[in-house]
Amino acid sequence: MGAARERSRFEQDGASPGERELVARLLARDQSAFASLVRAQHESLVRLALTFVGSRATAEEVAQETWSRVLAALPQFEGRSSLRTWIFRICTNTALTRAEREARSTPFSSLEVPEEAPVEAERFKPSGFWADPPRAWHADSPEEILERTEAVACIERTLSELPPAQRAVVLLRDVEGVEAAEACNILQVSESNQRVLLHRGRAKIRRALEKLLAEE
Amino acid sequence: MLTCRQVTQLVTEYLEGKLSWKDAIRFQLHLGMCRHCRRYLRDMKVTVRVLGGLPAVAIPNDTMDALMERFRNWQ
Repeated sequence: MGAARERSRFEQDGASPGERELVARLLARDQSAFASLVRAQHESLVRLALTFVGSRATAEEVAQETWSRVLAALPQFEGRSSLRTWIFRICTNTALTRAEREARSTPFSSLEVPEEAPVEAERFKPSGFWADPPRAWHADSPEEILERTEAVACIERTLSELPPAQRAVVLLRDVEGVEAAEACNILQVSESNQRVLLHRGRAKIRRALEKLLAEE
Repeated sequence: MLTCRQVTQLVTEYLEGKLSWKDAIRFQLHLGMCRHCRRYLRDMKVTVRVLGGLPAVAIPNDTMDALMERFRNWQ
């Protein structure tokens, strides 16, 4: 059973057969393969880079440089991680180098911010039970919420205002759907730090949604 | 017994499967008795799913053209 679990974990963490085929097509100079990869991932790279560097324009440059580095390193890609994780990792390294050059502190120093409560303290009684419990929302399902442009705008705004480290983790885990271990690998944070950042980031987005959607 | 405040603090560890079995049972016992915390957990799950469903942003055409040019020149 141990071996089976090891194998399934390896398959989960490593490049999928589809990704390996994609790499083979890229190495064979297949333009449509590169176009579909760029279309699928470029804007995600810009968003991730923006958590490290100061401006949208610099983040765009980092994303473009990432593609050059990806192409340069592709012949050495061994498929030990998924291709997507590998590209995100190159993007993070590129962005960090750039941030250092700009003498901007790395976002993960913001881990040292004091403990943040997921819910405002005044919403609990001194006993720790709800005084002001969560209210029902006007739109109740994810699909209904996503149909409301003001809700999507509210989430985008709240995301952009998160401290960089929280934003990077929420982007990778929840927006991109990257597994916890892969996100730790991309951002070089421990699993427990990753979880704290995810928790704080998600809690703020929930709060923003509640403010927007809660029934009076 | 866990308080509601503790439940809101543990919710991500619960969703990530990182609570010890003892704490997971205490967490679930609380949920069984507290509809407000069930609501909170549900809202967190909805929040995660909404984040996963955000509309994708398309890459601008000129950026795409520049990257394709780079690919064609790739040695």
